[in-house]
Amino acid sequence: MSRSLPQPEEIQPEGTPPGGTPARKTRPRETRVREIPPPNPRETRSGPRGRTRPGRDLTVPPWGFVVPALVVYAAVVLYPAVAGVAYAFTDWSGIGDASFVGLANFRALLDDRRTLDSVVNTLLLTVAVVVVQNVVGLLLALGVDAGIRSRALLRVIFFAPAVVSPVMVAFLWKYVYNPENGAGLNGVLGAVGLGGLRQDWLGDPSLALWSVAAMVVWQYAGYSMVIFLAGLQGVPAELHEAARIDGAGTWQRFRYVTWPLLAPALTVNLMLSTIGGLKLFDQVYAATNGGPGTASETLSTALFKEAFVYGKFGYSTAVALVLALFVAAVSLVQLRFLRAREVTA
Amino acid sequence: MTPAPGRGRTAPRRTEPVPHPVRSPRRRARYGNYALELVMIAVAVAFLFPVYALLTLSLKEPRQIAGSPLGLPAPPTAHNFTHAWSSASLGPALVNSALITTLSLLLLVVLGSTAGYFLARRARGLGYGLYILFLLGIVLPFQLGMIPLYELVDSLGWLGTYQGMVLFYTGIQLPFTVFLYTGFARALPADYAQAALIDGCDHRQAFTRIVFPLLRPITGTVIILNAVFVWNDFFTPLLYLGGSDRETVPVRVFSFVGQYVSDYGLVFAGLVLAALPVLVVFLLLQRYVIKGFAGGLKG
Repeated sequence: MSRSLPQPEEIQPEGTPPGGTPARKTRPRETRVREIPPPNPRETRSGPRGRTRPGRDLTVPPWGFVVPALVVYAAVVLYPAVAGVAYAFTDWSGIGDASFVGLANFRALLDDRRTLDSVVNTLLLTVAVVVVQNVVGLLLALGVDAGIRSRALLRVIFFAPAVVSPVMVAFLWKYVYNPENGAGLNGVLGAVGLGGLRQDWLGDPSLALWSVAAMVVWQYAGYSMVIFLAGLQGVPAELHEAARIDGAGTWQRFRYVTWPLLAPALTVNLMLSTIGGLKLFDQVYAATNGGPGTASETLSTALFKEAFVYGKFGYSTAVALVLALFVAAVSLVQLRFLRAREVTA
Repeated sequence: MTPAPGRGRTAPRRTEPVPHPVRSPRRRARYGNYALELVMIAVAVAFLFPVYALLTLSLKEPRQIAGSPLGLPAPPTAHNFTHAWSSASLGPALVNSALITTLSLLLLVVLGSTAGYFLARRARGLGYGLYILFLLGIVLPFQLGMIPLYELVDSLGWLGTYQGMVLFYTGIQLPFTVFLYTGFARALPADYAQAALIDGCDHRQAFTRIVFPLLRPITGTVIILNAVFVWNDFFTPLLYLGGSDRETVPVRVFSFVGQYVSDYGLVFAGLVLAALPVLVVFLLLQRYVIKGFAGGLKG
């Protein structure tokens, strides 16, 4: 991502005027070189300089190209987020005036059982989803990447749930978790002689959160699989061939050839599943609504309730701010660590 | 379903530059493949259990569901489907969803491609700052601005309208869209646009005639990823459209399920009907969808 970006050491003048200095004339041209930051123009031979005779870089589009997007983005995302941060320091209830209360919302948050539970649940849920979804996704990808005949069909099957609305998946899984006799997962367990494993999957407070996690993994394991598949396809066959000739076994070839080259796919997968896990709302709201009690409450469902059930708008935005800081911090740390270990084929 | 020979990765893998002198490990690997195939099919069967439940229950009468919840429907009945179609009023919801999704995609493609192209060409200074500003939107949870945005939409009188939803989706998905377009446009040679500009096109013409067609692969990805998101989103339409006659499919299904919660056959028929359009489109385009997902997310 940002790593391959040219650093903003030099602000590039917009539509350099025809009479600009020679040094400036060449600079915009450099930005046309693809992806990798261009060489320092001072170090390049005089070659490119001769070709920029027209005097200005024609290929830099005018600001009109970015302004409409920026306006919509600012109206829908930036302004509300900034205003939201301001609300987090008020006691606003949705009606009447808001008054500034400083850090009171954040102090209240530390004494609020529901919110604290939801923080813990969100973190547990995110870790569970990230780990299981990626392990399963990777195993599925390795499975369907091998030369098996049903691979094309299997890819479609495993990926299909990811295109269906999470709310609908949650309703479907409510049946899978149905505690009624003989129905759903319990029915299957009974039918195959594993009746001892039957549980009240969503009704048992110690299980509800993990049941939600399993449902999320079911829906998105295929998504991870597809991204890992894209990574696997970037592993050159010659490397495997060479390792095989050198006597490497299946595990060694995976460990020393495939796995290092999967790093970019892993980065994307971990970031997506982490952000998705931290923000999880639809599935919880539709399957358990945070219950029983607060057993499966997440930050997203808790702040929704604070806002629209209890009318505590200021407080709910403080919770949202905590969530935002979580997501930002975790993504930054992940990006740093994961990018550092990426290698190229 | 099998990729054509010479395409994808199967071809390079299968061509062996030097034939192995010892054949037996190869053959053993092939038996290993059969075992793997069996394992993967078993995994797929277990994975499909919820879908089996969905389809069989939607074809059963309540009495049958109570009697044999896991068995095949005998005889299958279409009654649930006709009933669900009329009582969930899915028809209007499908129209709403289709309209909102189409308009949002149109705006996202136009705004995202132009902005992405701009940010790719102007990757320094203020342009770089703007790029980072857009990236920030991927990380920000929308709940942070949920209440101020609700007020904004309300003050415009846009609650329960198409334009409110279209504006929302365009804004909320722009960061990701701009990110994809910028990444792709950076790898695009500038020479074509330059030639067009030298030939007398203005920037708008150079973009629509030369650059935008070159962006086609990533436009496909952008459309697929955003379509899945917009079509399936539940929370915002619940908030902005709930109770209006503009409700989208997930919202309709949500209230339908709430209404008939104990009648699994009917509820599941509703779910099948609601999921069918996405699934049909997915099955028709699955090759591009999977490629688009993977390619778009490779960054």
